Amino acid sequence: MKARVYVMLKNGVLDPQGEAVRHALGSLGFDGVEGVRQGKVIELDLAEGSTEATVTEMCEKLLANTVIESYWVEMG
Amino acid sequence: MKAAVIVFPGSNCDRDLAVAFEQAGADVTMVWHKDTALPEGIDMVGVPGGFSFGDYLRCGAIAANSPICQSLIKHAERGGYALGVCNGFQILTETGLLPGALRRNAGLKYICRTVGLEVASAETAFTAGYSKGDVVNVPIAHHDGNYFVTDEKLAQLRDEDRIAFTYTDNPNGSVADIAGVVSKNRRVLGMMPHPERAADTGHGGTDGVAMFRALMDQFATA
Repeated sequence: MKARVYVMLKNGVLDPQGEAVRHALGSLGFDGVEGVRQGKVIELDLAEGSTEATVTEMCEKLLANTVIESYWVEMG
Repeated sequence: MKAAVIVFPGSNCDRDLAVAFEQAGADVTMVWHKDTALPEGIDMVGVPGGFSFGDYLRCGAIAANSPICQSLIKHAERGGYALGVCNGFQILTETGLLPGALRRNAGLKYICRTVGLEVASAETAFTAGYSKGDVVNVPIAHHDGNYFVTDEKLAQLRDEDRIAFTYTDNPNGSVADIAGVVSKNRRVLGMMPHPERAADTGHGGTDGVAMFRALMDQFATA
């Protein structure tokens, strides 16, 4: 089974990379892009029967830095 | 003073840090990241700069979960001293020994130059060789040195006089110009600038020497 973990900088934490992407989109002529936030997706191949609680523990211990990042998990 | 310097795959300032400790008169042992224990009787653990584990996932995240870092955490919890420089600072925040986190530089560029640092607190074993308000010149070399703490935590750091160094001209977007902070017991310092690269006349500056000397004095009088 697979799990997907999405990690994003928390709202309120400046995302300079997202800002740079927003500027680049503007210079390509894409008007109206009011904000860009860049994050990451981590795909996990897990043994059958693995639980979301375990993946959440992985996020808390390693996959996300909860000082600056938020995360959510999709199982299946 | 007996010091240990941890070597991770991708560390590149480990030797420089060891030499700076040795020149101040310390006995230095290099310790590999897979070791599970620090040598007996270590007073100070140096966590060097570099790119541990290629900066994969987040700078310092993998290193912070290596076997030796469990011993480092126990050492710090027993009241032992630790100095984390650059990637070492990132690792110390990832272990939770120091508050906050280091984000990508606000200007997105890797910055490698000498910067001015103001000594914000001389009330630590690391900064006792300086006076509060002194400005020293120390090199930085980082891509992710943009220090973040919440407003609440920042207020606490200020109340507890735990900001050791601030930038005179903020190069990376750090909250409150913070370049280095100490733990609550003031025995763990993390800083992005490299005092070990300002520790020999051949470096072009020796403003970092006072830190290593002050640490030696601390243990000489203890």
